[in-house]
Amino acid sequence: MTTAALAQASNAAIYAAMITLTFAMVAFAVSFAAGRRRVTAVAASVGVREGEGSVAVLTRPSDPGEQPEAGRRSANIAMSLTWLSFALLLAGVVMRGLWAGRVPWGNMYEFSISAALATLAVFLFLSLRTDVRWLGLFIVIPVLLTLGMAVTVLYTEAAQLVPALKSYWLVIHVSAAVICSGAFTIAAAAAGMGLLKGGLERRAVARTGSSDGVLARVPSVERLESFTNRVVAFSFPLWTFAVVAGAIWAENAWGRYWGWDPKETWAFITWVIFAAYLHARSTNGWRGSKASWIAIIGWLAFLINYFGVNFFVNSLHSYAGVS
Amino acid sequence: MSAGQEPVAPLPPLGGLGFARWAWRQLTSMKTALILLFLLAIASIPGSILPQQGNDPLKVKEWIAGSPSIGRLLQSLGFFDVFAAPWFAAVYLLLFISLIGCVIPRARQHWRAMLAPPPSAPRNLDRLGGTVTLDVNAAPAEVLAGATEYLRRHRWRVVSGPAGTTHGAQWVAAEKGYLRETGNLVFHVALLLILASVAVGGLFGWKGNVIVKEGGGFANTVTQYDAWGGGRLVDSESLTPFSFTLDSFDVDFEREGSQRGAPKYFEAKVTYRDDPAASQQQSVIEVNAPLEVDRAKVFLVGHGYAPHFVVKDARGTVVFNDAVVFLPQDGNFTSTGVVKIPDSEPQLGLRGLFLPTASIDKIKGGQSVFPGPDNPAVFLSAWTGDLGLDTGMPQSVYRLDSESMTQIGLGTLRPGQIWDWQDGSGSVMFTGFDRWASFQIAYDPGKEGALISSILAITGLMLSLFVRRRRIWVKVLDPAGATTVVQVAGLTRSSSLDDIDLGALTDDIDALVREISRAEATPKEHS
Ligand code: HEM
Repeated sequence: MTTAALAQASNAAIYAAMITLTFAMVAFAVSFAAGRRRVTAVAASVGVREGEGSVAVLTRPSDPGEQPEAGRRSANIAMSLTWLSFALLLAGVVMRGLWAGRVPWGNMYEFSISAALATLAVFLFLSLRTDVRWLGLFIVIPVLLTLGMAVTVLYTEAAQLVPALKSYWLVIHVSAAVICSGAFTIAAAAAGMGLLKGGLERRAVARTGSSDGVLARVPSVERLESFTNRVVAFSFPLWTFAVVAGAIWAENAWGRYWGWDPKETWAFITWVIFAAYLHARSTNGWRGSKASWIAIIGWLAFLINYFGVNFFVNSLHSYAGVS
Repeated sequence: MSAGQEPVAPLPPLGGLGFARWAWRQLTSMKTALILLFLLAIASIPGSILPQQGNDPLKVKEWIAGSPSIGRLLQSLGFFDVFAAPWFAAVYLLLFISLIGCVIPRARQHWRAMLAPPPSAPRNLDRLGGTVTLDVNAAPAEVLAGATEYLRRHRWRVVSGPAGTTHGAQWVAAEKGYLRETGNLVFHVALLLILASVAVGGLFGWKGNVIVKEGGGFANTVTQYDAWGGGRLVDSESLTPFSFTLDSFDVDFEREGSQRGAPKYFEAKVTYRDDPAASQQQSVIEVNAPLEVDRAKVFLVGHGYAPHFVVKDARGTVVFNDAVVFLPQDGNFTSTGVVKIPDSEPQLGLRGLFLPTASIDKIKGGQSVFPGPDNPAVFLSAWTGDLGLDTGMPQSVYRLDSESMTQIGLGTLRPGQIWDWQDGSGSVMFTGFDRWASFQIAYDPGKEGALISSILAITGLMLSLFVRRRRIWVKVLDPAGATTVVQVAGLTRSSSLDDIDLGALTDDIDALVREISRAEATPKEHS
């Protein structure tokens, strides 16, 4: 393929992904709305019966999020569309890299489409292990916003990397950071839903004495909180690794591994906030909604680092490629 | 891990020792650690918003000049050097003291836990969630032996009990996942080691910047640096005695597209020797590819132009013949610099603007439109009089103090052109240009330690987050009964209450139950 054709194909794939994601968003929204009805929780029991006289009954907690119900069909359609969008976006990012002749992480446009891809990837990866369809709407929306901003405000033609970015540490550091961007987004989305559901439930209980039907498709607040914890527990070591890889790269490029450059400072702040989150999860009185707020603040710190520092602060790391 | 469950004393008890103990307990509580972590995050924020002395001292000066009263207040509070400010140090030192106070008792406790056998089965296993009850076609001893063997095979630590009964064992207790707490302790200790490594680098490390012209040389002594800073314990008289010369500097710029003018690569070819007695070696220094000499690293951090001038005085004798470093002012390398000639009579000075690709704009004046030397030109203003070098005040080599000088005139020169001063006091020829490269040379004896500690920290963290500490009990309900009824139950021991822990435990119990059920294949031998 010629480079011009690659460029066109990359852009077309990304626009196509945005279209299918829009449909996915609608389908997720439909399933979300359809789920807003009474659901009664049923205790599921698993029986193991082998030969005569051996009985094993194990009662496990069940969750309304896993109940079959109306809206499930559109949730499934939405998931298929998300897979399709992921494939299109992957093709778009890969072709962008082929066009540029390097890893597609040279400017903010490329970071943004990669971050969108990573968010979908983490979400779909989780969907293989557990039911996360309830989360879909709140993943697709930020991904669409990111892509929309990428193709409008941030778009740049592919160009050579500035020399400071030419390093295999770039590949290591940025790929870890990009995956973290996806995971932090998902953690914050789940934390936000936990707070929302908790708040709505308390109001519903105050009004009607029952909390049925409030965000019924969404798992219980405790499940949401533990889901958030799981995602943060996955991303925190990865983020630590990304920061260390960045430090190694900085040592190689600038002669110091840590210099409190604004980008480094905000990476540190993000790290400290998520460390505080993990602590909060083991501290009495902080485990619930307070911890959820900390996860959201951590995600905001990550965003400040990404947008704020690239645009507004004069930093060694200012290679946004937009001016 | 009991740190989270610690009750917080509501009021400090009276008496010195009581108060000290109370204060220590407060400081080492989880809640304090949490709050200190928050404070650390918040305290870092001004360091990213305000210009910092260490990164951009010029910006700091501008900021203070812009709003002097607030600026001076912020400066006296350390806001322009946040990461060296006492209040910032207070936060992280308290955090690390709390950390030590937290880690030591936990390490002791963990050590004891690792030596102790798993605790015996609780009286009533039904109380634990997910308990499984089976009626098995095998003798109790056989069931327990099978369970023990299975659990040992899966690397559980197993004991059976109770001790000293005549009927033999009635239960098996097993525990697994000690590495979780080990990892957690390793992680926290590694954080301390990182801090220590940073401190070593700060005390024994040094860093300097130097500009070297093509053909020029550098030897590693403090006086040769343009800027040098070292830790408190560095002996600045005995730096490692390496030296190098810059043989050539090559750079190429993007010519097309939106990133026109961005550098594609730059590289400095150098000849160096480890010490004056060593043999010469060749190397190429690039961005991301520093030269390592004798544990110090030489980094390429910038580059620019050094226009070459030949100046003659009124009699026609050459009073100056050299390339002069000009500092770039923008991305297209519009560069400024000065030439000072104290040895001519009277003294001469030139102020210059070098444009690698000159474009004359009516409004903005001369400006470079591309960083490569496509159309080089210099604008000069020539001055005569007293350079002011004898006042004893140190002067910047990039600034001309023209207070006691008079201007001879203004000239524009292309390479090879000569400008004869109208008053007959002499001439200047712009013969061409060299390039210069700026290097940062750094020695940080703490960085290997920091790297190793970071790897330890990440390893410990992963153990701590992914290993699940859990216990399982298998208990024969009625050892003397007609059939063998066995209960299997478990407990997770993670204080963050993640349901994935429960899930892992349930899987363990299921697997064990399946294993025990299989015991029926052998015929039942009941006494
Ligand atoms: C330098 C500051 C600190 C940082 C960055 C930090 C970070 C962390 C992180 C990321 C975790 C979660 C991973 C894990 O479970 O091992 C953790 C856990 C823990 N930290 Fe810290 N910590 C710090 C200081 C402290 C201090 C001062 C204490 C004691 C008061 C402490 C006590 C604990 C405890 C008890 C856990 C285990 C929680 C659990 O069981 O899940 N940490 N810490």
